[in-house]
This record gives sequence, C-alpha cells and structure tokens, in this order.
Amino acid sequence: MTTTDRPPFRVVGTRPIRHDGIDKVTGRAKYANDVQVPGHLHARILRSPHAHARILSIDTSKAEALPGVFAVVTGKDFPEVTAILREQTEGAMANMGLLSRHLMARDKAWFRGHAIAAVAADSPYRAEEALALIDVRYEVLPPVLDALEAMKPDAPIVIDGLMTNTSRTTRAGGISAPGEDAPQSNIATTFVMELGDLANGFELADIILERDYHTTAAHQGYLEPQSATAFWSADQHLTIWTSTQGPFAIRDNTAAVLKLSPGQVKVVPAEIGGGFGAKLNITIEPVAALLSMKCGRPVKLTVSRTEVFEAMGPASPAYVHLKMGMTNEGRITAADARMIFEAGAIPGSPVPGAANCMFSPYAVPNGRIEGIDVVVNKPKTLSYRAPGAPSGAYAVEQMLDEFAERLRMDPLQLRMLNAAHEGDRRINGVACGPMGFTETLEAAAATEHYRSPLEGPWRGRGVAGGFWGNATGPASVIAGLLPDGRVSYIEGSTDIGGTRTTAAMMFAEAVGMPVTDVRPTVADTDSIGFTSNTGGSSVTFKQGWAAYEAAQDLKRQLIERAAKTWEVATDRVGFEGGVCTNLDDPSKTLTMRQIAARMNATGGPIIGHATVVPRGVAGGFAVHIADVEVDPGTGKVTVLRYTCVQDAGTAIHPSYVEGQMQGGAAQGIGWALNEEYVYDANGRMENSSFLDYRMPTALDLPPIETHIVEVPNPGHPFGVRGVGEATFVPPLAAMGNAVAHAIGTRMQALPMSPRRVLEALAEE
Amino acid sequence: MPTVFVSQVLRPYIPARSVEVPGRTVGQVVEALAARYPGVLGVLMEDGDLRPGVAVSVGDQLAQDGLLEPVAPDDEVHFLPAFAGG
Repeated sequence: MTTTDRPPFRVVGTRPIRHDGIDKVTGRAKYANDVQVPGHLHARILRSPHAHARILSIDTSKAEALPGVFAVVTGKDFPEVTAILREQTEGAMANMGLLSRHLMARDKAWFRGHAIAAVAADSPYRAEEALALIDVRYEVLPPVLDALEAMKPDAPIVIDGLMTNTSRTTRAGGISAPGEDAPQSNIATTFVMELGDLANGFELADIILERDYHTTAAHQGYLEPQSATAFWSADQHLTIWTSTQGPFAIRDNTAAVLKLSPGQVKVVPAEIGGGFGAKLNITIEPVAALLSMKCGRPVKLTVSRTEVFEAMGPASPAYVHLKMGMTNEGRITAADARMIFEAGAIPGSPVPGAANCMFSPYAVPNGRIEGIDVVVNKPKTLSYRAPGAPSGAYAVEQMLDEFAERLRMDPLQLRMLNAAHEGDRRINGVACGPMGFTETLEAAAATEHYRSPLEGPWRGRGVAGGFWGNATGPASVIAGLLPDGRVSYIEGSTDIGGTRTTAAMMFAEAVGMPVTDVRPTVADTDSIGFTSNTGGSSVTFKQGWAAYEAAQDLKRQLIERAAKTWEVATDRVGFEGGVCTNLDDPSKTLTMRQIAARMNATGGPIIGHATVVPRGVAGGFAVHIADVEVDPGTGKVTVLRYTCVQDAGTAIHPSYVEGQMQGGAAQGIGWALNEEYVYDANGRMENSSFLDYRMPTALDLPPIETHIVEVPNPGHPFGVRGVGEATFVPPLAAMGNAVAHAIGTRMQALPMSPRRVLEALAEE
Repeated sequence: MPTVFVSQVLRPYIPARSVEVPGRTVGQVVEALAARYPGVLGVLMEDGDLRPGVAVSVGDQLAQDGLLEPVAPDDEVHFLPAFAGG
C-alpha cells in the first residue's frame, strides 16, 4: 500500500469482519428468491422466438381458462407511456416509453427473448403449461444483429419511428410522432467532443498510428438471476421485494411505466447476488406488479439463466476507430476516436461513458471523440462496471503499447510522460481535478512483479492504465442510539462488496466508537430517504459523507444531553472517543452507553440523521500488469501472474478494496480471453448458459496481486475516491498487450479465445 | 464571470471556443447565454428545465442541483452528455 498524506484513523483502514458475514456464510441471508409472501403465485414469461417480428395477434383465452391460472398479461395491459425521456440517478437517461415496450412487446418483438406475455399461476409448472397455451402469430422480419450493419441505409429498422438525435446533449434518442414524415434510423444518437486543433496536432506528430478495435458483448456474470415478488394490496399500494442496486430507481420507474404515484410503491431490497450494473433499473418488476394488480395476489417472478442471457442485457459491444499522433520523444500530440456502441433494442448504450473516460488518464492537447449509439435486434444492453470505459481503454492502451514498442520505451514510462495532471483539460473540455495517476504508475513500476523479468518462449507481459470518473448522488442515513450505547445505522444504499460495513466504519470513525457497536441495515424505500443507486463507484463516497454528517448530528445531541445532565452550556462539554467530558470538571464523564441508558429521561430518543448530495468527487485510476503464456498448439492463453495497482483515495476497508480490484481483474480477464455472445443468423443466442458462456473460475486464474495506492481525495472527509470500476478498465488492454507480446502479433478484437489466437498465428 | 466552454453542438450558435457570461447559478448562466445566443435555448432547455440528457459540469464536478447549482465567478461551466456507472 502506498499512502500519501493520510491522516491517522482508528477504524478506517482496518479490516473488521463484515456485519452481514455470518448470515451469508451460514445461508441465512435472504435473497430475492428466498422471499415467501403467504399465498404467492408463480409467474412465467412467454418470450419471442424471433429476433425481429411483427406481432399480428395474441390469443390468451386458453391460458386464462386453465384451472390454477390467476392472471395473464400482455403488452395491451401496460398503460400507454409516451416516449418521454426521464432522468435517472447519476445523470443517466431512460426513455420510459421505449423501456415500457422493452419490458413487454407491443406491436413488434425487438429481439429473441422479448417478453410477449406473462402468466401467474398456483405453481411454476402450471404457469409454464399456460404459456404453452398462448397462441401468438408473428410476421417474421429480417433482424439486424450488428451495429455496423444496422447503420447501413438499407438496414431493417428496429424501432418504428426512431430518429437520430444528433445533439451531444441528449442520449436516449427520439421517436417521431404518428404520421410524421421523419427519416427513420437505427442510429439513435451521435455526439462529438473536441479539444484544441486536431489537424495541427497530427502535423506535430512524428508517428501516427490508425487502427480499428472491437470488443464483444459481455455478461456481467452475476450468479443470482433477477427475481421479484410483487403484491398489490387492497389499499392500492404496491410492494416489491427484489434484487436490485437501486431500490429507488425500481420504485420510481415501476411507478412511471405503470402510471402509479411513486408514493404507492414500496421497494424492499433483498440481499443481492451480484449486479455489476445489470440491476440498476427495472427488468421484470413491473411485470410481476401488473400480474399482481390483475389478480390481487402476491406474485413471484424469477427468471432462468437462459432468460438472463437472452433477455436481460449484456455490456455493449463496441467498435472503436482510433488515430493517434506522437512525437519521437513519446509525447501525445493528437487523438481522434470514433466509437460505435450497440445499445441493443432501445437507445442508451454507455458510449458517453467511454468518451468521457478513454483519454482521461492522459494529457491530450488536441483531440476529437465521436460517439454513436445504435440499436439492433438484441436485448437492451445494460451497465457493466465502468460502462463503456473498458472498450475505450482497450483501444487507447493498446495503441500506447504500440507507440512504446516503436519508440523502444518502457510502456509505463511512456504513460508517465503523458499522464494528466491537475488542471490539464480533457477532450470533453473539463479540467482535471486532483489526480492520482502518476502515483499509481509509479507504484506499478515499483512492484516486484514489474521489476522481475519474464522469460521463456510464447510468454508476454502487458500493462494498461484506466480511469473511471466515479459518481455521487443523494444519500440518506438514520443513526439511532440504542439503549446500550450501540447505534442502529439505517442506510439506503443496497450493499454490494461490503458497503454497509464501510459505511459503518466511517460512521464509527467520525463518532469515535467501535465499528462492532454500529449495526448497519439497508432499509426499504418507505423507511429511509432517497438514496441513489449502488453504482458508479459512488456508495462509499456518498455514504461516507452521510455517515460523517449523521455522526456530527448524533454527537451534537450527545453533547446536549451531557450538558443538560451537568447543567452546563454545551460549549463546556468535550467529546472524544465516544465520551463526553465536562470541561469545567474533567473528572465528570459520560459514555455513550451512560447517556443512552438515560436518554428517555433526558429528552427522549437520540437519533442522528443526514441527507446529503455531496460534491467533491475525484476520479479513480488503475494500472494492471499481466503475464501470460500462449500454447501455440491450442491457442490457449494461460495467465501466469497478474497485478492490480489502484488509487483508492483512502481504502476504508482494505480487504474490500482488494476484493474489488481482484474481482474487476478476473471479470476483465474473462472478457478478454473467452467471453462472447454467440448468435446465429436469426438472432438466436447459441451459448446461453454458464456451461457454454465461458467465464473464468478460480481454477483458471493465478492469485491476483493487489497494491492499493492512497492519494486522498480532498473533497471527502475520509479521502475516498471510489474503487469498484476503475479496476475493470485496464484488463482488456493489459491482456491484449500481453498476448501481443507473447505471440508477436496484435489482435485488435475480443475475445482472444484459443480459436482466435490460432487464427492470428496463422495470419502472421 | 463564469466561463462557458462551447461544445460542438453549441458552436452553430456561439462563434467562440468559450464565452464569459454572468450568473451565480447554472440557471442564470443558461439565461444569460440564451439572451446573447438565443439558439442555445433549444439545445440546453426543455419545458423550463435542463433538457434530459444534459449533464452540467461546474469545474470538474457534475452539477447535482441542475439549474440551481451554484456557480462561482471563476468557475468553468461545461454541458456534457449524461452518462452512468455500473
């Protein structure tokens, strides 16, 4: 761990056992599919067998007549929602009209797996039997399955009426009005960012490289399929128990697509069996809700693994055309990128995220980035850790590696030479805030891994850097003093990666109490104030601010009670380490436990609270080092050694930071080497199981080494930056560079599977 | 005065790389910008609020309070495409 100027902490930086640990390792923790509401029905969804088809008719009469079936819904049961844009947390956009039609098809099936109808019955088998009785007549249309194909003028139109919105400031596209004579397109959005003088920048270059890169769709790899139980009660209130990263987003968007008031909807987040961005927004919750609204019974809807693959949405595939110029001294003079991202069936790929991140670690004086969002006949793509950024970095970091080879420079040295510093302007125009990239590069260069030689044939080492901007958002906390002096800490952020413990640690640090005396709970949406999603690497940042502010509120009340007890002014009470001291008579002290024991006799309950929308976000940087060995006979790539170096700002719980770093690396290695969605010409996914969709397991990977760099964020009371996503940005390129050095030729498309490696070797 | 950086979509309306306009909030900055360059209103605003998909950066921080976000005299203001994390 490399630490710069970190203040001394008592709790922050330690590694306590997580509060939810025992429940999770003993199987007592309740996940969404564990929810058992008395009398609940079982739901199943009928999905389109065609990737693109007009729905001519749906006859549900036989299914409805089947004994044991309580409700059947189709697209006609959804209220009409206009194609308006709706702001989500973190500035994301969703077109609610299109999202509603993505939840359940209306006049067209946009992808194989698109929901056509849903059934609630007294058993899952009865529900499946009923699905088989639904008669759907389709007019099958030619699908378009690739962004480049979809951009051609004669490509089949996925969404009738979709117009290209060329404003860089609007992300989710627009729909022409009925009858409006407007050009239709599968290109939903384009935007351009520019900085400096691009032409002049290339004139200043001694070397110019121009390449095309392609990254495939990748599954987020969450083990727990989506599951939701909904109950529409007689008092017109809807309760949803679900697995989500954003209970408030589920509440608000379910209300929007069902035309309910948000106050009618309560979302109870269960423990989450992985999300990685895929569980930020509604996918099945409104369907379960609509079934419950129709029959008045609780309805549970849990999707299968096949449905997860075919209908829930992976990370976007991307095409990146990149041109960069560099001097013989290794200085970047210009960069020009054109990025085409597949959005799936409705607009909203993470191409803006890619654009904002791809060059951000570096000082690029002259640059241009064009982003294009394209719809195709596949499910809507969903976020996956640092959405968009890995694909951008895959291009930039491979090209930097080529420059280093040409200039015979150490690849980390080349990056240090070009590292952005505070005040440098990014291509989006924004000046960099406090940076930690140089420190991260220096830490990487100093690792034993990087300093040790890699010898032997068919072996290669690759390095890559990465940036993620990190996010913030509203966060709420209620910290109630319990009668024994402990604190009930209620927060609105669903826990991923141990975030309830890190929040409790920051609260304990701010109060000066043991973290074991803080009991954190994630509350439902009726029980805590709005809290934005567990996403964007925002949780520890915003919850840290909320914890700090709630601690100040609690401390203020503790001091008031002590002052009241001693009949002195509050400014005559000191507070240190959870103990109040009478400054006029230091022999008089009151512990939190003593105050708590008498709180109802000294003024009533003591509850600290905080609602924050904190500023002060600082980006996070990561540098990865990969050593690989390639079997020239089979094309198999073996990871020999892998090291992650990352600036966490401050590592609140270093084990969790290390876990994030290792997890991001493992997922990135999988994306780099093996993972892809394989479709046939008709848009049928051919590998929709974890048997055929090959993610790495512990047996495939070496121990992943971690080095935490700590350049504290001055905009946070504990110096937090955010760690969950920057670690996912470098692996694709680090592996690409390693494989290139191992086989002597550079692959510019993923995955680097054995077949593709053999093909690359054959082309050499 | 705050400096507004002129992004590619604002260039048809603002013949400069950056302009200084008065304002103590993002809303006042947009208002002042629109008074001088009326075309920007349709790009940045919709139904009296920031157009969905417009992310505003004040300095290096994304604005959290939309039009009400405070802007200091030496701040830079950028209008960016919104994006989200995972």
